[in-house]
Amino acid sequence: MRNPAGERTSKAWLIGGFAFLYLPIVTLIILSFNASPLVTTWAGFSFKWYGELMRDTVIIEGFLLSLKIALLTATASVLLGTFAAVALTKFPRFTGRTVFSGMVNSPLVMPEVIIGLSLLLTLVSLQRLTEDLFGTGWPDRGTLTIWIGHTLLGMAYATVVITSRLREMNPQLEEAALDLGAKPWQVFFLVTLPLISQALASAWLLSFTLSLDDVVLSAFLSGPGSTTLPIAIFSRARLGLNPTVNAVATLTVLVVSIGVVAASLWMARLERKRAREMAAAMKT
Amino acid sequence: MSAHSNVQWLDAFVARLGRKFVIGVPMLFLLAVFALPFLVVFKISVSESDGVRFVDLLTWSEGVLQLKVRFSNYLYILFEDSLYIEAYLSSIKYAALTTAICLLIGYPFAYFLARSPAEVRPGLLMLVMLPFWTSFLLRVYAWKMLLADNGVFNNIALALGLIDAPIKMMHTPFSLTLGMVYTYLPFMVLPLYANLVKMDLRLLEAARDLGATPWQAFWRITVPLSKGGIVAGALLVFIPCVGEFVIPELLGGPQTLMIGRVLWDEFFANNDWPMAASVAVVMVLLIIVPLALFNKYQAEQSAGGRA
Repeated sequence: MRNPAGERTSKAWLIGGFAFLYLPIVTLIILSFNASPLVTTWAGFSFKWYGELMRDTVIIEGFLLSLKIALLTATASVLLGTFAAVALTKFPRFTGRTVFSGMVNSPLVMPEVIIGLSLLLTLVSLQRLTEDLFGTGWPDRGTLTIWIGHTLLGMAYATVVITSRLREMNPQLEEAALDLGAKPWQVFFLVTLPLISQALASAWLLSFTLSLDDVVLSAFLSGPGSTTLPIAIFSRARLGLNPTVNAVATLTVLVVSIGVVAASLWMARLERKRAREMAAAMKT
Repeated sequence: MSAHSNVQWLDAFVARLGRKFVIGVPMLFLLAVFALPFLVVFKISVSESDGVRFVDLLTWSEGVLQLKVRFSNYLYILFEDSLYIEAYLSSIKYAALTTAICLLIGYPFAYFLARSPAEVRPGLLMLVMLPFWTSFLLRVYAWKMLLADNGVFNNIALALGLIDAPIKMMHTPFSLTLGMVYTYLPFMVLPLYANLVKMDLRLLEAARDLGATPWQAFWRITVPLSKGGIVAGALLVFIPCVGEFVIPELLGGPQTLMIGRVLWDEFFANNDWPMAASVAVVMVLLIIVPLALFNKYQAEQSAGGRA
């Protein structure tokens, strides 16, 4: 049935596709060990750019700020995303449902310059309003405003991930709990939440990495003194090639790859464990 | 008996309150940070900017409520400076080109991925996802190193004697398109994969039994059935590409006019906020149809009706 020519094409296409996806990443990593300050001219192996990085306060402070915002963003996104996903899957009818789902989904594709600009202009208007009313403008551009912007984006992704998990969940499990006398909130905390915990973890990780990576929203919403890591990297990358950027990139790729692979292995193990327990419970 | 009905009444009350809370919290958040900002942008786009403050649209003057609306920014965009129209058209051109190339590369990729042996599929899928999780900014920056005049490609080709002088690849339409295809390819592959992997392969067997060649079966069965994935993937690539800023800024050049960059410059370089707002409003109008299509598709997905 299978023809060898087709199989060769299939393999070649997949290998070609993956080569395309990974070529830039591999290049980044190799060149981060280049001793030459001319990024693309190889002059021997060296760790010197990693050493530079340790002394680079802009990068280090940017990283710490980004980390803080990413932690806040991921947590808020999962909370709001869970609410939105439950609303969309469990309540087929409510006032404003279409508008609601439109507002949840649009940030997934909406160009970031539009979201960034509109949020910023709103914040500035609010600032002026509070200044007129109370004498001091609120909020200042900084961690809080970046957090709000990132959460809008992260929430959209979190909702998609959690909704698709809620969709494929067996509704009989919740119905059974209701029949046995559990209250809706008990069903949610004791049955639904444990069943979707993996989706919550993926949504958290996804919004975390989105926030850690975002340039455009941060650029609009940051104030003086709140330079996140991507803003610092972006301003260097704009000027040209920069060896410290390669070192940052390599560390990022390393940490993210280890994190994502470890998280998926862990989730796969949990999944198997749960399947075993379910099977055991069905038997008795 | 009455105690019991009291408890029931309380439960119903809690359930209703819970429902209101679950819907209300994200709804209020979205209204405040997504819907309201659009109104503000529109308002500012038609506002007079006197120095650093915008004059309010509604003003009291001599006891009369006056509405001052200024459409001059829109007139300027549409008729006076051709830069804007050219930037809009060129953004749509590059977004469409990127979408087409992503589909050409991504469809076979997703297809072969979905038909690969089940035991290697999770691993391969992870390989598609992994670049998606690692910094997009850094991956775009990496292309700069590959494509620069003294970059990796040129250095290798020069060393091998394939070329005598470096080929200019950076800051051209080529580097911009390549960067956008590279960045958005996973957004095309993932929905296509999700669609193709669910397909009932017995349909193809039936087609073969009825005498269709594999090629005919592919075009008449696989492609029409994967229409949902194609539409989703194309919208996920096209819409953000229209307003893309980071990729044109890092990989584009003087020939590659993109509206995202125009907006950015109006705001950050010229400090003309009403103009930036007007550019944004016109951009929203351009993507409103694909955006509505995307929302419809997502709503169908979350309603779980059609798969």
